[in-house]
Order: sequence, then structure tokens, then C-alpha cells
Amino acid sequence: MGGVAPLAGSAAVHDALRSAFTDEWGRVVATLIRITGDWSLAEDCAQDAFTAAAKRWPHDGIPQRPGAWLTTTARNSALDRLRRSTAEARKLKEVASMQELEQAGSHDGDRDAEESIPDDRLRLIFTCCHPALPLDARVALTLRTLCGLTVAEIARAFGASEHAMAKRLVRARQKITNAGIPYRVPTGELLPERLDGVLAVLYLLFTEGYVASSGPDVVREPLSSEAIRLTRTMAQLMPDDPEVLGLLALELLHDARRPGRVDDAGRLVPLEEQDRLAWDRGRIAEGVDVLTTALSHGQPGSYLIQAQVAALHSTAATSVDTDWSAIAALYDHLAKLNPSPYVDLSRVVAVGMARGPAAGLELLHELDLFGRLAGNHYVPAAEADLLRRAGRHREAAAAYRSALELVANDAERRYLDRRLAEVS
Amino acid sequence: MLYMLLHATVADGPPVPPDADTTPTKWIEEMEGRQVTRASNRLRPPDEKTAATVRVSGGQTLLTHGPYAELQEQVGGFDLIEAADLDEAIEIAAKHPSARFGAVEVRPLWVG
Repeated sequence: MGGVAPLAGSAAVHDALRSAFTDEWGRVVATLIRITGDWSLAEDCAQDAFTAAAKRWPHDGIPQRPGAWLTTTARNSALDRLRRSTAEARKLKEVASMQELEQAGSHDGDRDAEESIPDDRLRLIFTCCHPALPLDARVALTLRTLCGLTVAEIARAFGASEHAMAKRLVRARQKITNAGIPYRVPTGELLPERLDGVLAVLYLLFTEGYVASSGPDVVREPLSSEAIRLTRTMAQLMPDDPEVLGLLALELLHDARRPGRVDDAGRLVPLEEQDRLAWDRGRIAEGVDVLTTALSHGQPGSYLIQAQVAALHSTAATSVDTDWSAIAALYDHLAKLNPSPYVDLSRVVAVGMARGPAAGLELLHELDLFGRLAGNHYVPAAEADLLRRAGRHREAAAAYRSALELVANDAERRYLDRRLAEVS
Repeated sequence: MLYMLLHATVADGPPVPPDADTTPTKWIEEMEGRQVTRASNRLRPPDEKTAATVRVSGGQTLLTHGPYAELQEQVGGFDLIEAADLDEAIEIAAKHPSARFGAVEVRPLWVG
């Protein structure tokens, strides 16, 4: 099983276990699914391997190649489990996967064992995000199989019961088997369309962790870091795709501003009032770097355009210094590429900053955003901000009140309450 | 795997342009070449009132005239195909003209 590092202290073992879990869980599960074709078995065996590591590494030392150690251990556990189950009922399919497992294990002791294990995470993510699965199942399956989040953790993040979440995962795995959803990276003309689907799931995961759509947001923060980690993996595995890089840049640039978004009392701080010194400069630099690389790879798509907007915000010294005209132009481009009332609303805000609140208000009505986003608190909230800046306080107060009737998120509610008090 | 493609006409679907080619001739040719089709046919249209629905209850055979439900989307034909996986089945379904003028439901078979 390769060389073993000298006996390490328990803190070092703890760290090694933690980082092995973060780095290797998805890879181990993905490899086991490819060999056995059995999703539940793959997860159980990955669990076995990490349990064994927690027991053995403190005594035997940390293996030089933790990934290879874990994959081999998981593979052996799969063989054991299959041998036990086939003792009673020998199923052809299981015998076939045992043969594959044994073949895959014949490289044991090979120093290059880890290199010979192909990276199956890409096919795993395309399968988890297959459009034949319901969206909530895609998200849950991605978190469980690729990130190794427990069912309880996923249930908590989405406000579902553990029982309901477990059922959702079981149904999704059954559908993959019964409907014949392939375990494969799509090729040809299918790839761009399916890649869009994968990126949409990753972005959804990120925004769920960034802007909780309702209730307290503490439990959701890990979703953003998982999304960034998965997008990084995607960027490693598909390094030339401008939209994959665009999404990574977008996530990094948003995440960099997280420290300034909420004050000590948990109140949402609007962008113009955020302490820009609190922003994570390293993360901004990394985001801008990724963005620059992405822009050299082709025509900007929707994530890349949004990343350009985020970069303009993140690198401006103050809100007033921000190049709002450039932002308005980017949103204009985005609206043509990907028409959406939300994009139009962002354009309204940018125009309101670039050319003044009156221009913003005019565009807000011209684009019929009250009609197109009826029942959504963002429209009256944006109108209220524009009215406040135009000095029309009485109308602004009325608009803040309408926004408050519609808002569900606690942090945004507090922001609107404070603004209402300012204009009342 | 075996998949049943159920071709449906959609009641409130987009109007079919009069010069549109709705015949699946090219599709049939391609699929015969690829040897994917196992069975294929069209159903007589519902407005011919040829359908009968059979239910057995308490040992009694009950026959009603017409289809078993008033469906928004009426099944007009089927193809039983063999495909490597769902992605190939979707690709085959998407090429059929009824995907453009109506809808195609792709259903995996229980055994296959």
C-alpha cells in the first residue's frame, strides 16, 4: 500500500483526515460508481474507507498517497460486501463488478497506483446534474455524492426533514438506474447544453449559501464553499471553458465580499455602505485572475459577464468611484443574451447610479418591472431606494412598506426597516 | 435498454405550419439503419371514436366507449426502441417530428 509517513501527532492526523475527506470523498465515490455501477454501495464503501482511515492512521501513520489508500480500502470493502451478499444469492451483475474490482485492485503496491486511477468526478457531476432528475434531487445528489455532506446536513440546509431528504436521494439513485441515465461526460452537441445544467446547479448551490431565500442564513454558508470547491474542480477538469472559469470568478468575487455584507448584529449592509477594507483582497485578486484567463478563452457568456460586473464592484475604492456606466452596459449585453426581469432590474439600479435616480425610475417603469416581477420585493425595494435618493421621501416610505410586505429573508427585512425609518 | 416512445399530440400546442413535413420518413430510415426500432405503429385517432376502455370490477366486465381519460395530450402512436441509455433514447426521441409538433414521452421498460 505504498510508503507511510513517520508516525505523526494526533493533530496532524486529524488535519490529514479532514483534508483527505474534502479532497478525496468525491473521487473515491466516483471511482467506485464507475467500477460497480452501484451508487449506494459506492457511498457505503467510501464511508467504510474513511472510518478505517480514522482508526488506522493514528497508529500506522498517514499514507503518502491518502487518495490511493482510501480508494484501495473502499474497493476492498466493496469486494467484501459483494462477497457477503453473493454468498446467498449470486447475481451475475455483482459477479461482474467483483471481477472489475479485482482487476482494478491488481495495481496494488504499484507506486503509480494513484496515477492509474482515472478521475471520475466529471462523469459523476454530469450524472448528478442530469436534466431528467428533478432540480432539488440534482442539488441533493451533488452534495451527498460529490461533497460527502451527510443526509442530515443537506436536510438542514434546505429546511427539509431528514426522512424526506433520504427519500429524495433514494428516488434519485433509483431513477438513475431504472431510467438508464448514463454515467458519462456527454459529448458533441449535447455537451454545451449539459454543461449549462451543471453550472446552473453549482451556481444555485452557491447563491443558496450566499443569499438565504428565507430564514436565518448560518446553516447555509457551507453550501457556498462547497460550490466554490466543486467549481474549482470543474475548472481543473475543463480548463479551457470560458463559462466554467467565468462561474468560478463570479463565485470568488462574490464570496470575497462576504465579510462586509453583514454587520456584527447580523444586519445586511448595502453594497454602497460596506467596509471595503473588510473584503478579502486575496480572493478578489484570484477572482480577477481567473476572469482574465476566462476572457482570453472566447466570447463572454452569462456567468462571465456577471463576473465582470462583480470585478468592477470589487475593485472600486468606493460606491461612487464604481464604473456604473460600464456595469449598465454589461447588464444591457446580458439582457440581450439572456433576457430576464432580474437582469433588467440590475440594469435599472446601475443606470440609477450612472445617470441619476430619475433615469433609473424612468427605466424601471419603461421595462414594466412591476408587472413582470409582480409579488417580488426587489422591485418596490429598488424603487424605494431610487425615490429616497431623489429626495421623494414620502413616496419612498410607501415603496419600502410594500417591499416589507413581500420580503421573506430576515437580513433584508432589517435593511428595509432601517431605510423606512430614515425616510419616515 | 428498452424504451417506449409515446408520441402525443398537444391540444394547446403551437399551430403546425401548413407546409411543415410531419412525416417521420427520414427518422424511420435513420433508425432502421441504426437498428434501434423493435416495434412501431400509429393508433387510430381519438375522434374516430374507435376506443373502448375495459375495467373489471366484482367479476363484471365494464366497457366504456372512448379513451380511459379525457387527456390534454392524446397518444397517437408509439415506437419501442433499444438504446444504450437514456441520453441515446432522448436523442432518438428529439429527432422524431412529433417532438416538434407535439411531445414525445420516453418511458423505460420494466425489463430490458
